[in-house]
Amino acid sequence: MASLELCGINYIYNKGTPYETYALKDINLKLGGGITGIIGHTGSGKSTLVQLLNGLLRPTEGKLLLDDEDIWEKKTDRLREARFKVGLVMQYPEYQLFASTVYEDIAFGPRNMGLSDEEIKERVYAAAKFSMLSPEVMTRSPFELSGGQKRRVALAGIIAMNPKFLVLDEPAAGLDPGGRCGILEGICNFSQKSGASVIIVSHSMEDMAAYCDRVIAMASGKIVMDGSRSEVYGRADELIGIGLDVPQVTRIASALAERGIDIGRDVYTVGYAADMICSAANIQSSDKTN
Amino acid sequence: MDNIIEVKNLNYTYEGYGDMPPVKALKDVSFNIERGSFTVILGHNGSGKSTLASVMCMLSEVDSGEVIIDGRCVTDESMTDEDIMDMRRRVGMVFQNPDNQLVATIVEEDVAFGCENLGMPSDEIRRRVDAALETVGMTKYARHAAHKLSGGQKQRVAIAGVIAMKREIIIFDESTAMLDPMGRREVLDTIERLNKEDSITVVLITHHMEEAARADRIIVMNGGEVLCTGTPNEVFGDPERMWAAGLDVPQSTELLYKLKKAGFDVRIDIFDPYECAREIDHAMRRMRLGGETGGKS
Amino acid sequence: MKIDIALGQYCEGNSPLHRLDPRAKLIMSILFIVAIFMAKNVFAFLFLILFSVALAAVSKVSPRVVLRGLKPILFIAAFTAVINLFFVRGEQLIFEFGFVKIYLEGIINAVLIVVRIIILLAASSMLLTYTTTPLALTDGLEQLLSPLAKLKIPVHDFSMMMTIALRFIPTLVEETEKIMNAQKARGADFTSGNIMKRVKALVPIIIPLFVSAFRRANELAVAMECRCYTGGEGRTRMNKLHAGMRDLFGILIVIAAGVVIVLINRVNFGFSLVM
Repeated sequence: MASLELCGINYIYNKGTPYETYALKDINLKLGGGITGIIGHTGSGKSTLVQLLNGLLRPTEGKLLLDDEDIWEKKTDRLREARFKVGLVMQYPEYQLFASTVYEDIAFGPRNMGLSDEEIKERVYAAAKFSMLSPEVMTRSPFELSGGQKRRVALAGIIAMNPKFLVLDEPAAGLDPGGRCGILEGICNFSQKSGASVIIVSHSMEDMAAYCDRVIAMASGKIVMDGSRSEVYGRADELIGIGLDVPQVTRIASALAERGIDIGRDVYTVGYAADMICSAANIQSSDKTN
Repeated sequence: MDNIIEVKNLNYTYEGYGDMPPVKALKDVSFNIERGSFTVILGHNGSGKSTLASVMCMLSEVDSGEVIIDGRCVTDESMTDEDIMDMRRRVGMVFQNPDNQLVATIVEEDVAFGCENLGMPSDEIRRRVDAALETVGMTKYARHAAHKLSGGQKQRVAIAGVIAMKREIIIFDESTAMLDPMGRREVLDTIERLNKEDSITVVLITHHMEEAARADRIIVMNGGEVLCTGTPNEVFGDPERMWAAGLDVPQSTELLYKLKKAGFDVRIDIFDPYECAREIDHAMRRMRLGGETGGKS
Repeated sequence: MKIDIALGQYCEGNSPLHRLDPRAKLIMSILFIVAIFMAKNVFAFLFLILFSVALAAVSKVSPRVVLRGLKPILFIAAFTAVINLFFVRGEQLIFEFGFVKIYLEGIINAVLIVVRIIILLAASSMLLTYTTTPLALTDGLEQLLSPLAKLKIPVHDFSMMMTIALRFIPTLVEETEKIMNAQKARGADFTSGNIMKRVKALVPIIIPLFVSAFRRANELAVAMECRCYTGGEGRTRMNKLHAGMRDLFGILIVIAAGVVIVLINRVNFGFSLVM
């Protein structure tokens, strides 16, 4: 499995001036496998971290190792290669669409990789499938699609490069529940079928609870929590302390605990909470769907 | 009842462009909005909720039907430009993208923009701008550059621009959709304060059910039609209907709904985590009691 | 470090120059430019230089900032100087090599033109861009030109366009950066290949940028309409410009400088440096 490792990374804005600020401070992190969520409020450094991961920003200090090789060392080829291996979907990616057809837009990345037309076609259609875009859409202009569809085209554009890592910055921002589900399901589907590691950056605690295996919480440029989602969500008070919301159901669980009904501290999805309450009341839940 | 906005049998069709067929965005939509109330129009993207906003702000002409604002029919064809301008002084609008509605570089200059358009004397504008900035808690930023503010702050500046014009009705067209949770909270608190303290009629268009839960009344739109209207309790009391319309319900409601299906005797129209916990607690006690006394329920 | 385009070269401050009415500063700049072009001999130029230094001292803008601001025009100044050097014909031939002939007049012209350009830029930036915000400048220009509105020249519309441009340039610069990053993440390469290839590489940036600019323009127009904007007619301003004695004083000083230059021009210092 591919690995992405951050070693002692500092990122400093306005270095050497009175306005010097650390956007990231002493980050040590090893990423790879499954779906990882990075949570933190605006200004916690998570967006800077995202841009470091595929070499859009160069760390002021420290190393970024992709498969044990420093991407900033020597040749620029390695940097370009890193950008193909670590696919980045930025916030509101639909604003980057430019081609006259959906097909051409998705093909932009693969074309830049210098693939043959055959390969490009194969990849574009595979990516469109992951993003749940129907083949009829491929010949249409991306500008006449709905907001949710546009975003899925942008996602397909990155997936078509077959990245080993898929990094997404707020993939569901501004979408309605249907659109949000669509894009997140697409991401999950890609992760499972292709074996790529996914890193989602978001402040939606509900979405992260539903999709991530591992959760990293950031505050003031540092990593403050890193663990499985039940470990991190189990520390609800600390999460609230760094300015994050916890899912409402987590708060219900702690309110229940105050009343003497302990269903555990690591409750973060409604289905799980319902099951736990049912078993506390010795009732078989009729609704097992999570 | 005193209705400040009445919408009657509204129909609206988007022209299809290219080889796209025309779309009926509003189908026979009718509802009333009470003076001084906080109403949420809830719907997924493409449900017609934003079209509704632009019609209420007199930005689009309808196929048929009426919008009556404070006794005046604004969809009437006899409305002249001056009449529309006159009505616009009473209905303010705050849009989705915080960046695309601020006109001037400096915060206070932007807040003054609307008043300047109305031709008010300078000292009156100054008074109103200062008061408006105070209301939204942005006095500190009066001389700041607008583009450097956070999303939530930008939206609060936009709101200040609207309240400086002393509007009776403010329509928020997905004004929270592009904000992070902190910005959303800032803006929602401001909206609520305007409604409660200054008795401004607020119409908030959104797809966030947490926001809807704070309203007096919810109008749910689906496929260009009004799916249902009612208090948050009434609307979220039927989660299946909401799911079918591509909308979420608060997690508390979803949890209580699941428990009810599993045999718990609970109400499901509860949004506060503590009340929700109490409801579950009480239901469990009743069940235990019922179990001990031989299963009558 | 990024330059804040919305504020241009404006240096925050509270010097007498900062406090002048933008209209007065505009008039002073125009008068001073006239004075620069009236200067005929070396002493008049010395006086101009002195006057600019005095302006700089009054404005309290750091000399480093002023010198840095002059950098971009050095090329233009040098270019004009070279043209003058080689192409001005006179009587005193100093150097000849093949068809290249350099005359004393050419050298004098070249030096004077460089001095002129530098003074022009330094003084006008001291008066305007360093001490006046672009917004105040736009307002001043609008009010100064407002009599032209009677001739059906859309002065207000131009100034509104300026205001909006000032407001949106930083937003669009930020957006360009974002789009460039997004396309870089898809492997776009803006830095290699021949000119054709590089121009072609810009397409994925320019199209989204235009689409977004149009969308923004559209939304802004609707928002302005909702805020009862109907053009300049019947519009008032929150911040009125107030011209006072000090502004009159400023204008008089520049006029006085002009008079001094005319006088210096007339004095014969015993040798000719007339252009």
